[in-house]
Amino acid sequence: MTHFVELDNVTLRYGGEADGTVALRGATLRVHKGEFVAVVGPSGCGKSTLMKALSGLWPVNAGTVVVAGREVKRPLEIVGMAFQNATLLPWRTTLANIMLPLEIVEPHRHQLRRRRADYEAKARELLRLVGLSGFEEKYPWQLSGGMQQRASLCRALIHEPELLILDEPFGALDMFTREELWGVMQEVWMAKRPTVILVTHDLREAVFLADRVLVMSARPGRMVHERAVELPRPRTLEDTYRPEFTEITHALRDHISQARAAA
Amino acid sequence: MTDSTARAPVADEAPAPRRPWLANRRNLERALPWLVVIGLFLVWEIGVRAFSVPQFVLPAPSVIFESMWKWRVPILDNAGQTLFTTVVGFAIAIVFGLVTGVLIGSSSLIYNGLYPVLIGFNSIPKVALVPILVIWFGIGTIPAIITAFLISFFPILVNVATGIATVEPELRDVLRALGAKQRDIILKVGIPRAMPYFFASLKVAITVAFVGSIIAETVAANKGIGRLMIVASSRFDVPLVFAGLLVTAVMGVMMYVVANYVERRMTGWATRGMDGGLSAPQG
Repeated sequence: MTHFVELDNVTLRYGGEADGTVALRGATLRVHKGEFVAVVGPSGCGKSTLMKALSGLWPVNAGTVVVAGREVKRPLEIVGMAFQNATLLPWRTTLANIMLPLEIVEPHRHQLRRRRADYEAKARELLRLVGLSGFEEKYPWQLSGGMQQRASLCRALIHEPELLILDEPFGALDMFTREELWGVMQEVWMAKRPTVILVTHDLREAVFLADRVLVMSARPGRMVHERAVELPRPRTLEDTYRPEFTEITHALRDHISQARAAA
Repeated sequence: MTDSTARAPVADEAPAPRRPWLANRRNLERALPWLVVIGLFLVWEIGVRAFSVPQFVLPAPSVIFESMWKWRVPILDNAGQTLFTTVVGFAIAIVFGLVTGVLIGSSSLIYNGLYPVLIGFNSIPKVALVPILVIWFGIGTIPAIITAFLISFFPILVNVATGIATVEPELRDVLRALGAKQRDIILKVGIPRAMPYFFASLKVAITVAFVGSIIAETVAANKGIGRLMIVASSRFDVPLVFAGLLVTAVMGVMMYVVANYVERRMTGWATRGMDGGLSAPQG
């Protein structure tokens, strides 16, 4: 079976050849279609850079990035992204914010005028899925941080991307909201089954959500460890306190400590 | 019977406890600018009378108002001319400032190429340009319009450019990851985001636009408040000079109020619905 995402021996450098910072060196990553992969690692290890390389936002200096059988040279339209900040547009309502990708991505862009009602129904359906029904006409500043992040997730999903890239999307939220959104995220993933690559520094989050957790080394980043999570779904928050769950998070923690010590 | 009992509580509430009108904070806020102006005139009037300051040094407000009433027809005529040149120059400044601001803000190449020139140009005192404008266009309306434009486009341009250039990198990435072109990013994010900056700059620009047109009128014009003040001062009619200043200030405040109103209507989202949020634009 060929992989949906193939990152081969990638090196990525910020700045010049001599004095630049090498963020990634020899990073290799393979993800199956429909798989949920989490990437964890010590802070500053180049996790976000990895996402930039994957989405085509930053060109790589060496190695290859292939998504859906095509080499990534520039940003792909089949990607949806969500970041630590919700980055909603404050002058648009929640609904209008979620519709934004449809105004940009082909073929929706040209069908938007004709099929507005369809698209709006789809946006409302997504909002319902993340528990934001009734907030369609609210502005971002009228939403709490957790609600903004839910809306941001909807925006990443509206054009039905085949690859969802999440860069610490729950990082800025408090513990309870974060755990609540793990449940939302799992539900969304089980309903739509996109390929997801999640960057996080929260090991419980990684193990709760992912099929497979990858550990990155300190900068320059590369994959140093891989751990499959074979716990049944849907997983619950109680599951995160079970021995089989904590055993995985502890093992991952050890690997991250080693990665940090090696730096 | 039921009628009277139903109406009773309403009747009880109707006479609200009597408080002085100014004790209400909102009323006080509204009245305060007027009170300050009236207070200022009072202090001025009393000071001038108490120290018997000669009229050609500092006329009392009462004398200024008297002169304003006496010369109301020429004052209105000249004020109309100044308002006209200012508004036309300001309108050109808005168009030019918006277009150039968008260009400069969206391309670092244009920014690097054009910005130093604009800074240099803005450092030139505009009064020094008026004689050149007179040579090119003759004495009259056009140099005043151009001076108003030249002096007021810069704050607009800088603000629009800043608003566009400071789009959050993450937001840019969200759009770029969708395959958005630079044009999409400017249209969907840059320009809407720059609007609060733009409207804030209008408030600065409109007041300096008056400075521009009056400078031009004092140097070379046959009409306008600036011209009126020059003529009055050459006749030592100091009250009339002050009347001209007052009229200019009133026009400036009027235009400021208009700009402020438009700002609140258009960018209620930026003030987080403090009071403009109710009129926030839809979609």
